[in-house]
Amino acid sequence: MTRAVTVLAPGPSTTVQDEGRPGQASLGIGRSGACDRASYRLANRLVGNAPGAAALEVTFGGLALRAEHDLVVVTTGAPCPGSPAHNAPELLPAGSELRLGAPTSGLRTYVAIRGGFLVPPVLGSRSTDVLSGLGPPPLSSGDVLPVGAPDASLPGVDVAPVADPPAGELAVRVLPGPRLDWFADEAWTTLTGQPYTVTSESNRVGVRLDGLPLDRRRTDELPSEGMVRGALQIPPSGRPVLFLADHPVTGGYPVVGYVADDDVDRCAQLRPGQALRFRTGQPG
Amino acid sequence: MRILPSGTTALLVEVDSLDEVLALYAALDEETPQGVVDVVPAARTVLVVTDPAISSLSEVEVAVRRAKPRRDRRAAGNLVEIPVRYDGEDLADVAALLELDPADVVRRHTGAEWTVAFSGFAPGFGYLTSASGGWDVPRRASPRTKVPAGSVALAGEFSGVYPRESPGGWQLIGRTDLAVFDLAREPAALLQPGVRVRFVDVGRP
Repeated sequence: MTRAVTVLAPGPSTTVQDEGRPGQASLGIGRSGACDRASYRLANRLVGNAPGAAALEVTFGGLALRAEHDLVVVTTGAPCPGSPAHNAPELLPAGSELRLGAPTSGLRTYVAIRGGFLVPPVLGSRSTDVLSGLGPPPLSSGDVLPVGAPDASLPGVDVAPVADPPAGELAVRVLPGPRLDWFADEAWTTLTGQPYTVTSESNRVGVRLDGLPLDRRRTDELPSEGMVRGALQIPPSGRPVLFLADHPVTGGYPVVGYVADDDVDRCAQLRPGQALRFRTGQPG
Repeated sequence: MRILPSGTTALLVEVDSLDEVLALYAALDEETPQGVVDVVPAARTVLVVTDPAISSLSEVEVAVRRAKPRRDRRAAGNLVEIPVRYDGEDLADVAALLELDPADVVRRHTGAEWTVAFSGFAPGFGYLTSASGGWDVPRRASPRTKVPAGSVALAGEFSGVYPRESPGGWQLIGRTDLAVFDLAREPAALLQPGVRVRFVDVGRP
C-alpha cells in the first residue's frame, strides 16, 4: 500500500504549507508558508521530520482524513476535539480516520505526518499562496496526498509542553514602522491605547481589525514599497490590517508599525471577534 | 540614504530616485550581506529582509551602508526581446494624452531601451523604466476587472506586461504571446530586476 492519506472532508479551508518561498520577493513572489510558523515547526519536530517538510494548515477544524498506511501523526496549534495526538505524536493505523472538530481556542491547527506530505512543489515550496494562487489548490474531498518515507528517527518526546492559543484578549509587541511620521501625533497612542477587534474578513493575507481609526498627517500617495509579515498597514479607512504569510510583496498604504516577528505566530491564531491589544515593544 | 525601521526582521532603505534604487539593488544582489534572505526593490525603496538567526539587524545595516551602489548596471543586464502586436484598446487614448500619433507611440515604445526596475502586483510582473524618459501616462480612470494575459501596458513612467489575466488599471497598448511568467520554465520570471527589455513591433494579425 502506498504511503498516503485520503481527504474525506477539508473543513472550511485546509491548505498544504511549509517554510514558503523565501528569496523570490524581488520577482514579485511572496514568501507564503505556514501562518503560525512556531506551531508548524513544532509539528515537524514531534514526528521527526526534517525542517521544511510539508504539513497541513487547517483553518477552524473540520478536516477528516483516512490513513492508507500505518502513519505517525501529530496536531499542533489550535486544539481540536477528535485529535488523539495534540502536541503528542500517535500512530494512525492503516484504514483509521482522523476527524477534527472545531477548535476550542485558536484558529489554525497543523497536522504533520512522519515523512511529510509530498505534493509537487512549485518554485521550491509546497505552500498554497492564496493571494498569488501559487502552489497546490486548497484540499478537496477525495484528494489523495502522498506521504514520504521517514528520514530520521523519532524524537523521544511524548508530549510537547506548549500552551494552547488564548481564547480571550491577546497582547502583542508592536514597534514603530517606516511611515509612523505619516500619521497624526496621537496615532501611536491610539494604536496602543485600546484593543482592536478581529473581523471576519481576515484570512492568510492578513488580520483585518476594527477599532479606533488612525488619522493621517500626510495624505499624498505613497509609492509602493516592500514589506514583511507583521506589518500594520493603514488603508484609507484608518483601521489596521496586520499582514500574515500571504501578504502582498509590496503595498502602497503606509505601514505605521510592525508586530514583533515572534508574536505574528500568535496573531495567526486570532479568530473573528477576538480582541488584540498592541503594546509598545523594544527592538531586537 | 535613509534607513527606516521595518520590524524585527527587515530594514527599509529609502533613496531619492529610481536610479538609486536600481544601483543599490544591483550592489546588494551582487554581494548579498550575510543573513539577508530577500532584497525587494520598489519605486523609492529597497527592503532588506534578514534571518535574525544568522545576522542581527544592526550587522545588516552596517553592510547596507557600506554597499557601493552599482550605477553602471542599467546597461549590463541580460536583454529580453518582447514581440508585440500594437493593437491595444487604449493606444489611441495614450497617443492623445502624449500628443502623438499612435504610430509615434509605437515607434517610441519600440525605440526605447527599458530596464526592469522592480517587481510587484503579481508574480513576474516587472515595472519597466526607460532611461530616455518621456513617459508620463495616467492610469485609466476606472480599472478593468479583466486584463488579458500578455497585455503590454503603460502607467506613470512605467511599462509592463501582465503575466496572467487579472484586474488592472494600466493603459493597454498591445499584446504579446511571450509568456513573461511560466512555472514550467527555469527561471519562471523573465523580467527580473536589472534585465533590459526591447519591444519589437510584429505588426497586426
